[in-house]
Amino acid sequence: MTLDAVTAILMIPAISAAGLALLPGYRLTARLNVVAALLTFLTALSLFVVEPVSGQYFLVDDLNKVFIVLTTFVGFTTSVFSASYIEHEIEIGRLTPAFLRFYHAMYQALMFAMNLALVANNIGLMWVAVEVATLTTVLMVGIYRTHEALEAAWKYFILGSVGIALALFGTILVYMAARPVIGEGTDAMVWTVLVSRAAAFDPALLNVAFVFLLLGYGTKVGLAPLHAWLPDAHAEGPTPISAVLSGLLLNVALYALLRFKMLLAVNPGSIAPGPLMVTMGLISVIFASLMLYRRRDIKRMFAYSSIEHMGIIVFAFGMGGPLANFAGLLHMTMHSLTKSAIFFAVGHIAQVKGTQKIAEIGGLTVTNPVLGWGLMLGVVAIVGLPPLGIFMSEFLVVSSTFVRAPGLTSILVLGLLIALGGLFLRVGGVVFGEVRGPTAPAEASYLPMFTHLALVLLAGIYLPPVLVAGFQNVARLLG
Amino acid sequence: MHGLEFDIAHMLAGSLVLASFMMLYQDRLYALLNIYALHATVLALSVAWQAFVQHAPHLYVTAAIALIFKAIIIPVSLHRIMVRLGIHREIETAVGVGLTMIAGIGLVALSMVVMLRVTPGADALAREDLAFALSVVLLGLLIMVTRRNAVSQVVGFMSLENGLVLAAAGAKGMPLVVEISVAFSVLIAFIVIGIFLFRIRERFDSVDIRALDRFRGERR
Repeated sequence: MTLDAVTAILMIPAISAAGLALLPGYRLTARLNVVAALLTFLTALSLFVVEPVSGQYFLVDDLNKVFIVLTTFVGFTTSVFSASYIEHEIEIGRLTPAFLRFYHAMYQALMFAMNLALVANNIGLMWVAVEVATLTTVLMVGIYRTHEALEAAWKYFILGSVGIALALFGTILVYMAARPVIGEGTDAMVWTVLVSRAAAFDPALLNVAFVFLLLGYGTKVGLAPLHAWLPDAHAEGPTPISAVLSGLLLNVALYALLRFKMLLAVNPGSIAPGPLMVTMGLISVIFASLMLYRRRDIKRMFAYSSIEHMGIIVFAFGMGGPLANFAGLLHMTMHSLTKSAIFFAVGHIAQVKGTQKIAEIGGLTVTNPVLGWGLMLGVVAIVGLPPLGIFMSEFLVVSSTFVRAPGLTSILVLGLLIALGGLFLRVGGVVFGEVRGPTAPAEASYLPMFTHLALVLLAGIYLPPVLVAGFQNVARLLG
Repeated sequence: MHGLEFDIAHMLAGSLVLASFMMLYQDRLYALLNIYALHATVLALSVAWQAFVQHAPHLYVTAAIALIFKAIIIPVSLHRIMVRLGIHREIETAVGVGLTMIAGIGLVALSMVVMLRVTPGADALAREDLAFALSVVLLGLLIMVTRRNAVSQVVGFMSLENGLVLAAAGAKGMPLVVEISVAFSVLIAFIVIGIFLFRIRERFDSVDIRALDRFRGERR
């Protein structure tokens, strides 16, 4: 195997995972974690300069480049946040150094698995990678070993495994559909081969396969009604993991789904996957928006907000067409950046206040102005107010679909408004309101949070033409 | 396809579904584990037969993994864990046996209707295999939802994975990658489960999932 960028973005996390498992000293390992994540990100950027040749197992095209760069970037900033977050956890004794070694190794293992899922050209390999990513996050969600953390991890493990099992069944069915056309062997699982010959596949088999894949990977995307694991896993795990889960892992599962959607799009006899995705997306948006109102745990609330946004993204991709796909991609990028920034803020807030309960947190702009305003800015962004990036992407989603399906789009807009009300209602008291809880200053690194928010703001005001052209290209690929 | 070869494959895959049904109504954990061992043995036989029929030697590896790992190592270890935890006498069902069986029959009918209808083009062996495999998967899901005990949920999940292996073996010429990965996933899953059982035990003095439910999310 020659050493190209693809190998590097897999090898760096893999080697780091092994190394971090062995090295003692959390300060050192936290820094090494950052260095490894940065290296991976820089390597990922090099994909734009030199595109490696796609083989039987690995594939780099315009679609997954976007995902890889986003994943490695958020992976890097989260590792910076994680370093300061973890230091506090050690100080208050919630985590011990031995667990941290494990934590950092798992962090890199997760990065490895996500990168593998994104570059895999073999649908079996992609499935394995998603499975590994699930297992590493299960272990990290349960790391605090409290009642709630164990319950959340168990639920995540069981539901995640069932989802992944259904996805494997779907994958096998795709192979069955491909076999008569392509012939036996590895070729019938290589995505590029599949997509070039998919027109001749048996449509009925492909339809059933897609239903299984939608249910399977949809569980990992967190689509209602398969989302039950998501709020618990987000609320009980360490906050850097919540940020990575929301910002990245959901996207990876979505990516897998999009690959199969492209497969179905080539086959004229198969069902259109769009309506299924639109329905699930809309259910997720409405359901999650309504759930925002009665949340008492701040991380749990933002987990529901992630379900809502994944719903919007799946809706956009389900509607399809160059413009809606473009909007979906943009929204996915903006959501990853914004939601992880919010989790960075929430993580530090929960550490300062010693609780995640919304009722016990108040008056942040008075006691911790930077965190308070940071969170407020994040929430303004996530509900989709101008001039931030999410406003633009949501506006595009709505405007590109309104002409084609005014009824459906109205439901979407209704969901967005409900979510806006819910989030402001809850966060208002946290940020403004009277001062509640401890008022110690936060020892936080604000850089990751404000980097993300600045990017979101920038995207809302000015999108570089290069980026627009790139996204348009990908949107056309998605059909 | 010779008649006899097909019949034997058919019988073995059918036995796997039958074993799934037997798991459905076990109300003792030991009995459930024993049936799971039987389930895995039938799977091993079935995969080995597929290997013979398809002239696919790599499937023998899959069969061996199923036999050694799933039919022997996992049941024995779970057995020992249960003795250690002192939960071997526990009896549990969440939903009545009659209702569960009827639901199971419904699921098998469903998978037959779905799979046989969409695969008229495939060869008969793969077709039947896929229909049976889907039945096993769905029955595994049913076991998981009707049980409250962490151990039996895990057993349900493992029977579900057996169904997937059957499907993968039936899909002629499917690369080894997938079978290895399935075995691998069971291995990791088992380690995770082992850790979990001990941790859950440590926290709650019980592996009853209801103990976990008390702590659910926001009802604190």
